[in-house]
Amino acid sequence: MKSKKLLTLLLPIVAVAGFIVFNALKIDPPKHKNAADNAGLTLPAGFKASLIISSVPGGVREMAPTPNGDLYLKVMNTANRAGVILRKGIILLHVDGDKATIKTSFGKFMGSGVYLKNGYLYASNDTDVYRFKLNSNYEPVDPDHPEKLVVGLIARNGEHQPKAILVDDNNNLYVNIGAFSNSCQVEDRKLHSMGKPGCPVLDSAAGIWMFKADKVGQHYKDGIRYATGLRNVVGMDWNKQDNQLFVMQHGRDGLYSMFPEYYDAKQSAELPAECLYALKKGDNAGWPYIYYDQIQHKKILAPEYGGDGKKSVDDKYIDPVAAYPGHMAPDGLLFYTGSQFPEKYKNGAFIAFHGSWNRAPEPQAGFFVVFQPFKNGKPDGKWEVFANGFAGTQAQTESGRADRRPCGLAMGPDGSLYVSDDTANKGGVYKITYQK
Amino acid sequence: MKLYKIAAICALTLLSSTSIFAQAKKPATSPATGTLSASIARGKLVYSKICVTCHMADGLGAGAMNPPLAKTVYVLGAKPKLAAIVLNGFNESIEIDGNTFSNVMPSQDFLKDQEIADVLTYVRHSFGNKASAVTVAEVKKARAAKK
Repeated sequence: MKSKKLLTLLLPIVAVAGFIVFNALKIDPPKHKNAADNAGLTLPAGFKASLIISSVPGGVREMAPTPNGDLYLKVMNTANRAGVILRKGIILLHVDGDKATIKTSFGKFMGSGVYLKNGYLYASNDTDVYRFKLNSNYEPVDPDHPEKLVVGLIARNGEHQPKAILVDDNNNLYVNIGAFSNSCQVEDRKLHSMGKPGCPVLDSAAGIWMFKADKVGQHYKDGIRYATGLRNVVGMDWNKQDNQLFVMQHGRDGLYSMFPEYYDAKQSAELPAECLYALKKGDNAGWPYIYYDQIQHKKILAPEYGGDGKKSVDDKYIDPVAAYPGHMAPDGLLFYTGSQFPEKYKNGAFIAFHGSWNRAPEPQAGFFVVFQPFKNGKPDGKWEVFANGFAGTQAQTESGRADRRPCGLAMGPDGSLYVSDDTANKGGVYKITYQK
Repeated sequence: MKLYKIAAICALTLLSSTSIFAQAKKPATSPATGTLSASIARGKLVYSKICVTCHMADGLGAGAMNPPLAKTVYVLGAKPKLAAIVLNGFNESIEIDGNTFSNVMPSQDFLKDQEIADVLTYVRHSFGNKASAVTVAEVKKARAAKK
């Protein structure tokens, strides 16, 4: 009796279990047959990827290649909360094929930005910009005593605090100062809180500031606000064809959670666009007053400033040169000027999308590197996913629980593409090459 | 042979999980727990409308911006303090498991006392949390003490 009862109870379970095992043993063909060989990434045919360094505690943000094939990495987190320094903020990697070894590490500060130009290595933390003189091997001459070029930049609330940096051919130093606010509401991120009139954040943040790349001790007053109305920029690069600064803006969050009468959750996941801007001195991209809607192809008045999702604006604010789906967090921008990759990539843009969080309850998106074709210095044609799989499985992408996240982009002197991973508990660098 | 072993393990796992379900079902018939499960169900609706955008469906938050709600002292600790966070918002830099979080939490004082009680009860019974329910009276008291 008892055994019969147990059997009737067990039978369906065994059947289900058998089915599960049967399905688990079925070998699904991988979508791209080289995924395992390419450090888990899927890439277009002919490309190969390897994780040249698979563990960099603190995470790798931006990178700066040296002309002799080495690679500087900026480590994001260098200290614990108590201020105890755990590690150095800059690593110099020697790259040999698909292997890398750490040559040296230095710099006691955390932060995001690193840039190499004219025999100097520039690096930033959240408030200051430093530079290190390099010797003929592109190693720091005096790693413990960098020059402090810019000091006292705003990093309030810990929001959008990393300072992206770039130096042009005329010794101008460009520094992104991110907005310490989402959309300049009276009460940040609160339901129906309206925008502050004449948004005061714009005086000291939400733009690109220009300083001198060779002058020590500069403050706000020594620089100029080169472009404004940019909520936050991490990825920036100089386009040599246009001789112009290009930046990727991180668009504002929470249209649905703050103004549910104008947006549903699906619209709010896609809007606003993550925008690519080509900047000239004096440009205004419109944050917080407007955002760009890539579906209507219009600049839309922000709901905090009287908008309703439809009212468009067409006056003093610049248009993006290209627009991408919302919240994917573009952290890397690189114009590909090398000759290793096929012709179609020449002078086009790679964009690293760090991956979203503000799409919930919709699935998260991003966590990939995109290629944007360019022709004569202008975006030409639709963007495509170039490298995917950083997050792990599709489920990890959709939940946002990513294994790794693409952040910085750099091109080695041989035309290889480097992609950094800034997850603090892993961290690493991918190298992507093309073989004919 | 190996297959058989896996099947047996699967069967056992399923068997034990069905018994957990059976156990969980029983107390649901008592009126007190019935109220609790109704509060959790209502709280889940509030959570998926308001909280999910930052704290995510799995309650684990988002990166270095939005803190997790799983097994933290802020969620499992004193209820008046927890209710006050929902009512007043939260703009302090806090540390959970060595991580800090940058985004401001806005005040959610537009929610009714019942909605706050429900959503906090849901959160305290989800994401691996197990703590007592939050009552409307407790939220009312926290709202009266609101700064």
